[in-house]
Amino acid sequence: MSSSGPGTAAVSTPFAGSRAAKGPGIDPARARARSARRRRIGVRTVALGYLAMLLLAPVLMIFYRTFEHGLAPVWNAATTPSAEHAFWLSLEIVAIAVPLNTAFGIGMALLLERGRFWGKAILGLLIDMPFAISPVVVGLSLVLVYGKTGWLGDWLAEQGIQVIFSVPGMVIATAVVSLPFVVRETIPVLREMGTDAEQAAETLGASRWQTFLRITLPGIRWGVVYGVVLTTARALGEFGAVSIVSGRIEQQTQTLPLYVQDRFENFDATGAYTAAVVLALLAIGTLLAMNLLTRRAHRGTVD
Amino acid sequence: MAIEARNVSKHFGDFAALQDVSLTVADGALTALLGPSGSGKSTLLRIIAGLETPDSGEVIIGEHDVTSSPARSRGVGFVFQHYAPFKHMTVHDNVAFGLSVRKRPKDEISARVDELLGLVRLEGLAGRYPSQLSGGQLQRMALARALAVQPRVLLLDEPFGALDAQVRAELREWLRRLHEEIHVTTIFVTHDQEEAMEVAEQIVVMNKGQIEQAGAPRELYESPANEFVMSFIGPVNRLGDAFVRPHDIQILPEADGTGTEALVERVVHLGFEVRVELKLHDGREIWAQVTREEAQQLELVEGQILSIRLPQPRVFAS
Repeated sequence: MSSSGPGTAAVSTPFAGSRAAKGPGIDPARARARSARRRRIGVRTVALGYLAMLLLAPVLMIFYRTFEHGLAPVWNAATTPSAEHAFWLSLEIVAIAVPLNTAFGIGMALLLERGRFWGKAILGLLIDMPFAISPVVVGLSLVLVYGKTGWLGDWLAEQGIQVIFSVPGMVIATAVVSLPFVVRETIPVLREMGTDAEQAAETLGASRWQTFLRITLPGIRWGVVYGVVLTTARALGEFGAVSIVSGRIEQQTQTLPLYVQDRFENFDATGAYTAAVVLALLAIGTLLAMNLLTRRAHRGTVD
Repeated sequence: MAIEARNVSKHFGDFAALQDVSLTVADGALTALLGPSGSGKSTLLRIIAGLETPDSGEVIIGEHDVTSSPARSRGVGFVFQHYAPFKHMTVHDNVAFGLSVRKRPKDEISARVDELLGLVRLEGLAGRYPSQLSGGQLQRMALARALAVQPRVLLLDEPFGALDAQVRAELREWLRRLHEEIHVTTIFVTHDQEEAMEVAEQIVVMNKGQIEQAGAPRELYESPANEFVMSFIGPVNRLGDAFVRPHDIQILPEADGTGTEALVERVVHLGFEVRVELKLHDGREIWAQVTREEAQQLELVEGQILSIRLPQPRVFAS
């Protein structure tokens, strides 16, 4: 150890000298730190700027334009019969489509993650199709199957069931476009949880149903909740597919997004902006609710 | 309850995890399934528990053939290597799980849980969540959970594998005493021969999906049935086809010509035991195990040439 002493000193001397020669303030380490900080700030500016231009500015503009002339016109626009009908119809569709997709999503996630069967990869791809296919195409294909001239249309008409141009078709269209969310959010959580706890429950005498309710479901609940939130947000905002299967009949098959479009096309800016704000508030409310739920849960049961 | 596996085979794809394995465990015994990883020991345990289905063969617990019964009706307590805690439940609710799915009255469950938490020394921790426990505490909680339903047999899969050395040693000792207290037929899986020797009354040595030998720890050590058992249980020197235990090598005070000449290459003091690494005149290397006192008397120095006497080496027919 002592023999290396002079060697180290010899190496460090010219280095110290060069530093002194460049004068004070140009410490290479500090300069490096500063350039790293500058780069970091640069990246943040770009990221935030991108977000601001694409998301924040348009949303804020909607809010600004809506409340530009005070609250009274907004209240009037929000309480027209058509607006109210569209609001409740949107909620009704969400209230049916989201539970359907939640139940289906959990079951499908279990099947895809735990099952061993032929064609599993194909089934996984099929589940993702609604992400890839344009909602307009989804709408058109539903008309081809359930419409009057469609494949099941005659039979459905004989039974007195109208799917296209009525609520059932809109629920189906909404369910299809928001199908993958619960499945895709639940699968990774299921995988991370593993099967040990479920097997432990089984050896302790729990039936399959008891194991599912008391071990599996609580274990995956945050994945499911997140999936439900995304499904709800997507379902609320769905335009393309619903637009085609609904026929956009005012006060009958007009959801909030369709109503926004209708008002906008009819030069009723206040009506359009008001409905848009209501939609935005619903979505923000959903996200906030999830956030609160997650936070409370983390405080209660340290996972 | 006695446990019996008859001609059990299991394949995972092309891999033969178990090949025609038969095993009997007496009622009340504490048995270790010992073997390297991939030897099939965990698979056998999981088949006994009903967590895995054998390709062929039968599993008998007590008087009943349980081969086709699901795990939930076999009356087994199973403890997983990574404890498998129910993370969203308190320690109390974890232990109570088996009783609460049986819909037992609340006060009966509470009394039983308290009793078990006392048995595993987790009295004050009933309200904690698994994430607030150490590995050793989690393992004891898992054990209490398994015992809560009064299983007919207790199966433990590498129960101490994920714990550090000191906690391991404590829990081993504790498991043995617990077994003396409750006397439930117990099988545990381990890859650690020392653990098996220390805890078990009977050891079943497994390798490549087959049982190499089963017997009492001493029996396996003193009369191993084959090369694998000899080298897996206890230290061993290999001289060609022959095997010699290091403590059977006798070191003579001087090179007096009566033994084999050897050069002392290294002397390692491990407390009471001293490990002497030797090189024979033909270049073969072996090591001898002597006590601290013997080493002192012999005045062993590295570089010294001395005589050793080899015992009758053991040779196994292959």
